[in-house]
Amino acid sequence: MESTKTIWSLLETVSDPEVPVLSVVDLGIVRDVRLVDGHPEIVITPTYSGCPAMDVIRMNIRMVLLEHGYTDIKLSTVLSPAWTTDWMSEKGKQQLKAYGIAPPTPVPIVCDLGLFQHNEAIACPHCGSYHTTRISEFGSTACKALYRCEDCREPFDYFKCH
Amino acid sequence: MNARHLINYTLHLADNALVLGHRNSEWTGHGPILEQDIALSNIALDLIGQARYLYQYAARLMNAGPAGPGGPVAGVAGTPVTEDQLGYLRDSWDFRNCLLVEQANGDWGTTVMRQMLFSAWQYYFYRELQGSRDGELSAIAEKSLKEVTYHLRWSGEWVIRLGDGTEESHARMEKALDQLWIYTGELFLPADYEQSLAPLGIAVDVAQMQPLWAARVQEILKEATLVIPPSVAQKGGKQGRHTEQLGYLLAEMQFLQRAYPGCEW
Repeated sequence: MESTKTIWSLLETVSDPEVPVLSVVDLGIVRDVRLVDGHPEIVITPTYSGCPAMDVIRMNIRMVLLEHGYTDIKLSTVLSPAWTTDWMSEKGKQQLKAYGIAPPTPVPIVCDLGLFQHNEAIACPHCGSYHTTRISEFGSTACKALYRCEDCREPFDYFKCH
Repeated sequence: MNARHLINYTLHLADNALVLGHRNSEWTGHGPILEQDIALSNIALDLIGQARYLYQYAARLMNAGPAGPGGPVAGVAGTPVTEDQLGYLRDSWDFRNCLLVEQANGDWGTTVMRQMLFSAWQYYFYRELQGSRDGELSAIAEKSLKEVTYHLRWSGEWVIRLGDGTEESHARMEKALDQLWIYTGELFLPADYEQSLAPLGIAVDVAQMQPLWAARVQEILKEATLVIPPSVAQKGGKQGRHTEQLGYLLAEMQFLQRAYPGCEW
């Protein structure tokens, strides 16, 4: 079993092209890594159905493994169980915050059908204030919402619960 | 089980998602304000992503068995069918989407009304389809449901905001509802492929789902102070008989692959 560890550590170097500070492992989209007769089999799951980053991620995983001498790489995709921000690592959340994106809250608050719900209390990644306002539930990518801090006045992305 | 029914069913669901995804993408760069332009573009992306899973599955099903006569699509003889061929190389009579999703965008109010009516359908539909005995469809449903929950919330809020808004926005929303309502009946009339697959636990029994949808939609429309018009069900889309709107949409969406076959970038 020496080597799935090596593969996991190689995957740590593949980042999400839209959020370069986050590795695919920290993002929680690598579901399984196996080695069959020395050939890697990797199972990943998409964040959102239409996320254009997934094709790039698949290619980058393949590239990094080829560079390290692996051949006949099998990459497959599973949809169930569906990805959730709960699978994001603690390290990943800290890195997001340091990068200026508010990480998903531990308990999803706005995930049901209720209309005109109160905004989640999201801390500004720049100044830490909770005095923030949601501008839009949809942000620059499918996984983010757009917020503004009412104290330091900076706009910021929130990696929304999913 | 009839393999062609499963292929047609999968194409029906894929076409619904692709056609509405494309319609919504027509707003990209033209939204009333930047944030809502981005919101609708995100919804378009989710729908096109769902369509891709479904087309990929339909292509696998088609490649696995000998295509029966009159089968849903003709690939190039001897080569496997791909998701791109299913989206870009079928003509309007091969598309099995419901009529609602192909209707022109109109103004912003018409677009959000169409989205709300369809998202409410997709929400209850995917919730049921999660229990399908077809593992692939059930996984796609589970994945998509989380996204559709956002779509329904967003579009529902817009319908209320505009319906219960100014005199002009109210009038426009009432007009949008009048225009689109006649296409909602079809959502609950099972096509032959649904009738054949529902008793097997593969397809959703859409007729049974109707009260759930109606209750949710009525709740939103009531809060939006809008009056539901008398219902006349236009149908045919699920069998490939479309309104003229679909032809214009396909002409634009498929132009590049028709003019430059196999083009990639």
